[in-house]
Amino acid sequence: MAKIKGDIVINTERCKGCEVCLAACPFTVIAMSKEVNSKGYHFAMKVNDECTGCTNCALVCPDGVITVYRAKVATE
Amino acid sequence: MEEQFAKTEIHKPENIVYKKTDLMVDRPLSYCPGCGHGTAHRMLMEVIEEMGIQDKTIGVSPVGCSVLAYDFLDIDMIGAAHGRAPALATAIKRMWPNHFVFTYQGDGDLAAIGTAETIHACNRGENITIIFINNGIYGMTGGQMAPTTLPGMRSSTSPYGRDVPTMGHPLKITELVAQLPGVYYVTRQAVHTPNNVRKTKKAIRKAFELQKENKGLSFIEIVSNCNSGWKMTPVQSNKWMEENMFPFYELGDIKVDGKLVEKKATAEKE
Repeated sequence: MAKIKGDIVINTERCKGCEVCLAACPFTVIAMSKEVNSKGYHFAMKVNDECTGCTNCALVCPDGVITVYRAKVATE
Repeated sequence: MEEQFAKTEIHKPENIVYKKTDLMVDRPLSYCPGCGHGTAHRMLMEVIEEMGIQDKTIGVSPVGCSVLAYDFLDIDMIGAAHGRAPALATAIKRMWPNHFVFTYQGDGDLAAIGTAETIHACNRGENITIIFINNGIYGMTGGQMAPTTLPGMRSSTSPYGRDVPTMGHPLKITELVAQLPGVYYVTRQAVHTPNNVRKTKKAIRKAFELQKENKGLSFIEIVSNCNSGWKMTPVQSNKWMEENMFPFYELGDIKVDGKLVEKKATAEKE
């Protein structure tokens, strides 16, 4: 059976840590990091594999740092 | 290991469903974290990319935080004197009627110093698109009270809240221009949730389509947050905006196809 899998890639250097994407994600895939990027912001990061590629986080991200992938993956 | 394999399978260019449009210059935005300007910029550029009008679009940037919009938008831009963007856009549109002309203004620019230019450009029915970002405050200069500041809302020049008897009522400029016959499409949107972002993009798309058909002026208000000016975190400011700004600045279409939209029946029942 094919399953829809999604994934996000976050440009952590450009992330300003506004946390708007956290509220937009329906599966709490995103959390804030403990580390900071070179500008001193705690950046958003992916913490689990629940992502469906719904693009909600990328739409609300003011800085457009999130790239969303979605593909059908064959599973047993 | 299987997870790793699956990830490399997904990370292919053909599987990309969303990425920042190439029409945004690859440069960090100068706005505060969580500011609605970035999303509004991106939706605007996505519409221009979808319509394929990058080389035929001329934008007019205002004075305010978005004065640097020309640094981020990969189209022809011109900076106007404070508040005079609609007048400049009028001239550009009349010189190049086949180009798409829009102004991108904040509430201090459009609703305060530029009120005359805004109202007269709307009244003349210039065939341009005005994008109006309303955050109820003068964001760039340090959060002073603007004409759009809500009653009782705190700002750096109204630290005890806006007092209506001495400081006046907030100006609903969007409802004001909707009354003018030259204006064809007026709507109020927001960019803080995915749903609202999608609606905003549709509204911008509609405005540019109407400009193509020479229908008249389109006016899009985007109610946005100013977390620095409001002294809140971005998430708090979005919540505050939902609770306080939206009851006063109701989202939705105000004028469609040159006709005012009737208010919903709920108001009549009450």
